[in-house]
Amino acid sequence: MGVRSFFDRIEPHFVKGGRYERYFPMYEMVESFLFTPKTVTTAAPHARSYVDMKRIMTYVVIATIPCILMGLYNVGLQANTALADFPATGWRAAIIEFFGIGFNPQNPLANFMHGLLYFLPIYITTLVVGGIWEVLFATVRRHEVNEGFLVSSMLYALILPASTPLWQVALGISFGVVIGKEVFGGTGKNFLNPALTGRAFLYFAYPAQMSGDAIWVPVDGFTGATALAVTASDGVQALAAQGMSWSSSFIGTIPGSIGETSTLACLIGLAFLLITKIANYRLVLGCLAGMIGFSYLLNVIGSDSNPMFAMPWYWHLVIGGYAFGLVFMVTEPVSASHTNMGRYIYGALIGVMVVMIRVINPAFPEGMMLAILFGNVFAPLIDHFVVQANIKRRARRNV
Amino acid sequence: MAQTKRELLVDPMVDNNPITLQVLGICSALAVTSSLQVAFVMSIAVTLVTAFSSMFISMIRNQIPSSIRIIVQMVIIASLVIMVDQVLKAYAFEISKTLSVFVGLIITNCIVMGRAEAFAMKNPPVASFLDGVGNGLGYGLILMMVGVIRELFGAGTLFGVTILETVNNGGWYVPNGMLLLPPSAFFIIGLIIWAFRTIKPEQVEEREYKIQTVEAH
Repeated sequence: MGVRSFFDRIEPHFVKGGRYERYFPMYEMVESFLFTPKTVTTAAPHARSYVDMKRIMTYVVIATIPCILMGLYNVGLQANTALADFPATGWRAAIIEFFGIGFNPQNPLANFMHGLLYFLPIYITTLVVGGIWEVLFATVRRHEVNEGFLVSSMLYALILPASTPLWQVALGISFGVVIGKEVFGGTGKNFLNPALTGRAFLYFAYPAQMSGDAIWVPVDGFTGATALAVTASDGVQALAAQGMSWSSSFIGTIPGSIGETSTLACLIGLAFLLITKIANYRLVLGCLAGMIGFSYLLNVIGSDSNPMFAMPWYWHLVIGGYAFGLVFMVTEPVSASHTNMGRYIYGALIGVMVVMIRVINPAFPEGMMLAILFGNVFAPLIDHFVVQANIKRRARRNV
Repeated sequence: MAQTKRELLVDPMVDNNPITLQVLGICSALAVTSSLQVAFVMSIAVTLVTAFSSMFISMIRNQIPSSIRIIVQMVIIASLVIMVDQVLKAYAFEISKTLSVFVGLIITNCIVMGRAEAFAMKNPPVASFLDGVGNGLGYGLILMMVGVIRELFGAGTLFGVTILETVNNGGWYVPNGMLLLPPSAFFIIGLIIWAFRTIKPEQVEEREYKIQTVEAH
């Protein structure tokens, strides 16, 4: 009661003609974050659903929870395991020692806390910096801030390596929000995924902090290659020597970006998104079919010099960012294709591209980010041809 | 032509800039702006070629048969470009190596052709010369703006002089590697166009289609 009446009391100041009219987007942001928006569609068609944008975005954030939890645990696990050889220093060590949690990799709580101390600064930086840009554009352009940013910022934080410097985090999300989304008119008009745009910017701008072997485990001096990097140099068989089995990759206890290592957690999120019908199953099917088909083809072709050719599809599924991208990026409704046939094609295009980049391009061991951005760019074109084909088909029928 | 000489020179800088308003010459603007020195030489080269080609074409504009005018224009432009290329090779070999094919490609630069076709064919030599200088400088202005951003933040230097000490040399600045890649110029030119059109809204193009709004009941 108290909060609602507070909003009702201050609302007149923010609506048209009020004292703080300019700051209406900020008022609206806080209000619609706490309460269901009061405005409903007034013009025809009067198709109403309880699943409005706010609820869609909230569901996606809920779906990331398994990935967040698993990511926190795994970052801490990797760090604590590496700490056996390197002394712990810095403010994180001070906090952990203050609470007496310790650095034992066998202790899930210790792992979890250590991971949290890496994730929280990144996430808070993302929220603050990205939020400032969102509010700035909303105020100047007179549109409203919406919950889409919560999704973008969460996904963005989850696809960064835990050791990313915070100023780079800030720079990346600025680029993602401004160039990836706001220059095209804000949420719903962005043809690229903002989180991936920011990540791609960092990848090309600061390759030293975004790729290589030294960044995945956030302990200075420790090098731990990702599964993809190991495979690219020595083949799938070499993974076992690094202590990476298929099941550990599936569960997610391997080096990698914060939230993307655990295929299991991603699949739980996928199940949630499919049941609530936020994610379209056609996109997922297309992407799986493209990846499985093309990697099988490459297995058959084979190669003497490139061990990646021999990588079977079930390994492609569990290592790198494939699962995370499949669940949270490919299924993003705005930047994907909008026709049903187009969704299959769009998904398959990404599935083929990710294997192609991983296997055939030696410069990029990880391909999911680039494959999805590539797919984003082609999505409107795919829709165009699907629509044209449909028009032609119907025209033929009525000759 | 009602334009004064001053207008001929200054107009193409901001009001009618070949890159930001007409969006011409983008290819070379992407390729040569990763270091200021190269961008500077390229600007001078394009300015000279545009100015003199416009002047020469304007001089013989009444003798050129209209059916083969493009070929005649190309001959003049190509001769000038070859001269510039030879001078660069003789006196600034290092820079000419970095510019490589892009000096030769001035021949196909839309700005040079565009000015020859749109202005020099209809105007007297002095006006055409000034128009060429103006457009070359307008092109150079954007090249220099992009070059400053790319070299300063991509390598920490300006004209090769260290401004921001990079981490590799013991300083504090972590250079932004993407700015050294050609695609970054796309973003920078886009942002410059955005800034220009925010300051001068009359440059904003009309929408190709309008979003229909249904009246609320």
